[in-house]
Amino acid sequence: MFAVEELSAAYGPVKALNGVTFTAARGQVTAVLGANGAGKTTLLRTVSGLVRSTAGTVKLNGKDITRTATEKLTSYGLSHVPEGRGVIAELTVTENLRLGGLHRATGSEPMPVGRVFELFPRLGERREATAHMLSGGERQMLVIGRALMARPSVLLLDEPSLGLAPRVVSQIFDLLRGLVQTEELTVVLVEQNARSALSIADHGVVLNLGKVVASAPAAELAADEQLRHAYLGF
Amino acid sequence: MERLRSLLRPVTSVPLARHVLVALIALVVAMAVIGSSSQYLQTRYAEMAYFAIAAGGLTLLTGLSGQLSLGHGALMAVGAYAATLVLERAGGETLADVFLALLTAIAVCAVVGVVVGVPAARLHGPYIAGATLTLAVAVPRLANQWEALGGEQGLQVPVPRASELPAWIQDLIWFFTAVEIDQYSFLAYLGWLLLAITFVALANLSRSRVGRRWRAVRDDDVSAELAGIHLGRARVVAFTVSAMCAGLAGGLMAMNVRLTAPGAFTITLSLTLLAAVVLGGLGSLTGALIGAGVLAFLPHFATDLGESLGFSATQAAEVTPVVYGLVLMLVILLAPAGIVGSLRPLLARISSRTSSLGATKEKTP
Amino acid sequence: MQQFLDTTLGGLVLGAVYAAFALALCLIWRSTRIVNFAQAAMAMVTTYIALSLINADVPYWVAFVAALAAGFGLGALIERVIIRPVEGKAELNAVILTLGLFMVLHGLTAITFGVQHRGFPAPVSTNAIEVGDTSIGITPFGILSIVVVAVVMAGLVVLFRFTDLGLRMRASAFNGEVSRLLGVRVGRMLTLGWALAAAVGAVAGMLIAGGDLVNPSFMDPFVIYGFIAAVLGGLDSPLGSVIGGLILGLSLSYVTGYVGEHLAPLVALGILMVVLLVRPSGLFAAAAARRV
Repeated sequence: MFAVEELSAAYGPVKALNGVTFTAARGQVTAVLGANGAGKTTLLRTVSGLVRSTAGTVKLNGKDITRTATEKLTSYGLSHVPEGRGVIAELTVTENLRLGGLHRATGSEPMPVGRVFELFPRLGERREATAHMLSGGERQMLVIGRALMARPSVLLLDEPSLGLAPRVVSQIFDLLRGLVQTEELTVVLVEQNARSALSIADHGVVLNLGKVVASAPAAELAADEQLRHAYLGF
Repeated sequence: MERLRSLLRPVTSVPLARHVLVALIALVVAMAVIGSSSQYLQTRYAEMAYFAIAAGGLTLLTGLSGQLSLGHGALMAVGAYAATLVLERAGGETLADVFLALLTAIAVCAVVGVVVGVPAARLHGPYIAGATLTLAVAVPRLANQWEALGGEQGLQVPVPRASELPAWIQDLIWFFTAVEIDQYSFLAYLGWLLLAITFVALANLSRSRVGRRWRAVRDDDVSAELAGIHLGRARVVAFTVSAMCAGLAGGLMAMNVRLTAPGAFTITLSLTLLAAVVLGGLGSLTGALIGAGVLAFLPHFATDLGESLGFSATQAAEVTPVVYGLVLMLVILLAPAGIVGSLRPLLARISSRTSSLGATKEKTP
Repeated sequence: MQQFLDTTLGGLVLGAVYAAFALALCLIWRSTRIVNFAQAAMAMVTTYIALSLINADVPYWVAFVAALAAGFGLGALIERVIIRPVEGKAELNAVILTLGLFMVLHGLTAITFGVQHRGFPAPVSTNAIEVGDTSIGITPFGILSIVVVAVVMAGLVVLFRFTDLGLRMRASAFNGEVSRLLGVRVGRMLTLGWALAAAVGAVAGMLIAGGDLVNPSFMDPFVIYGFIAAVLGGLDSPLGSVIGGLILGLSLSYVTGYVGEHLAPLVALGILMVVLLVRPSGLFAAAAARRV
């Protein structure tokens, strides 16, 4: 289980997160939604220690990981998947994946690179390609596959749909849904594309100006027309 | 006091007039100080003057247009050789020879400045540093290649004797300082006169439209280009002006040292000029003057310090570059937002009181 | 013909050393986007350390390894203490900082060891090899230099291509933030990069000094030649740095042999300007054009 309590962060005088609290249940997809600038990416970056929190705690399976060094989180089983541009463009597909497996969750079995190629056959075809040659969809598959190499129990995904064609988005979301079941993953999915995200999420959290304005099962959020119009844009 | 200020307002409100006024006052003070100083100090003041001219040019380039040059030692070498060759041919006995030599040094360096400035305008950061550093190594070595330049031993520099100067100059100096002019004080007076003229010119240039363009290029080259400023041209002009200053400084240095040889124009000279500019504060002429003062006087103290620590003379002489190097490092490390960025608010405060060419607006990096 | 052969062989030896030096600059550039203008001074310091050991009757190869180790330590120390604060800051800062370091190391070495020229031994002969009764323009030490540089390069290729450590180092250099998210201790990798680079520089210093005279300025030309060789091949490309070093070594050898040795720096400047203006990403860089 992954829980954020009263988490706050600021960029200078600007409060980007203001007491955010939510829980992501094991084996479920929790979507964090909201408009541009609502604090979604800051939330993930604060959890990962890339942005320093000013208050609040982050708990992973009951253990307090607030302000843990970014480099240590994968060994605790938490993987932050940056958006698709987060491939290391100069390395090959295989090297990116190998890198993902170097610092995996403590006590976990190493994952063969071939396993990722089974999940994403497209990557297997391009295993020796340098990452900057990949399409947007392939990059997204690569960053997800690379995160899986660390055998995480919690996966934080930052806007996996960004800049991708709708067909590719649904492909990736289907894969994700499947992974949650087969790998028993806890997924926190940050998305601006609320409609697609809610279609695969179990639970939804809506952020606005750094605060949680709604937290409810995904179906309920999708049915709340007022909320959708006000914050989710569909 | 208020009446005095209002009387002076027509003068102080016009930048050119204000700069000339400040320069004149400074010049009179400098002449009085030089006149009453020992021969040793006069030599130091003369040295300070030519370092300040070179550092002023460099500060204009680095502080105002944002380019770095580690090749100013080489440009000083060009100026020194140009002036030396003219003095040799002309005999170097009259004041006219001296001015002809210095004008030639400036002109030759202007040409070199354009030749180097055009490609340099397209480089930034480490690339311009590496290229100008190569210049600093390459140019002085040319003297070894050609016989006419005197090879390793260098060329003697003839300088007019004080007794052969026009009577009115001798009288003027005597009138001001009550001391007879001699060879050493002559070079110090000449240096400070030219320094005053150079700084007035540089200060005005930086206040002019040209200066505003340079600052725009330095602060944000993309925006400057979008605003219709021709980036390359602005940078080439800055480089050329700065090269001309280095040329004049080189010419004066030749006359002071009396010998122009490649060994005098090391990488260390170029880096030392950079140290003066960084120490004084990038973009400020006052800073360049302070930095030049340190360049002229520090070696003596540093060598003394070295000798008191029990070093031999050659070892003690190395204390100076260590100090310069430490200055460069400490300024960078203690001003972490970057010299160009973090010293600017401070400089702006200083320059609002003195008429330096410090930045006129504050900009947070 | 004889002279051409001699000049070429001499150029190859020189080029191998430039290549090692360019490689050191390239390692640092790749990891921290800094051109280390103090590289030559650092190598000079380690060479003096080796010289002191040799003068104290330590065997040459032990002193060689000591120079390497000293370079490694010096590189790590400098990165941690001096360079770390300016990483990612305005590029002018790092340039001025490394130049300041150059002056400090230079001066301190002169104070410690004196400025006089001192002989530096070589482990093998530095007399030209004779084939029949004509001597050809290469010495056993020259051959050794090429071999040592080749071994160093092979070692680096193995490290970067085939080991996990090398993968971590490359990842840290290319994208620090993403590497941290993947659990890589990026700070350590950058320190290691500087340490390795300084060790490679130390090797170059030993090869330059061997069988020659050293004084605190003996490495000064390498400040610029190493830089030019690295830029020639594209600062980002280790292979390019090596080829750049060989090209520069040959060019300068021909200039020295046929035109005049004092023109070499000017020719080097010409080569640098042509490369920067015509092909700024270097002759061999495959990556996107860099902004010079």
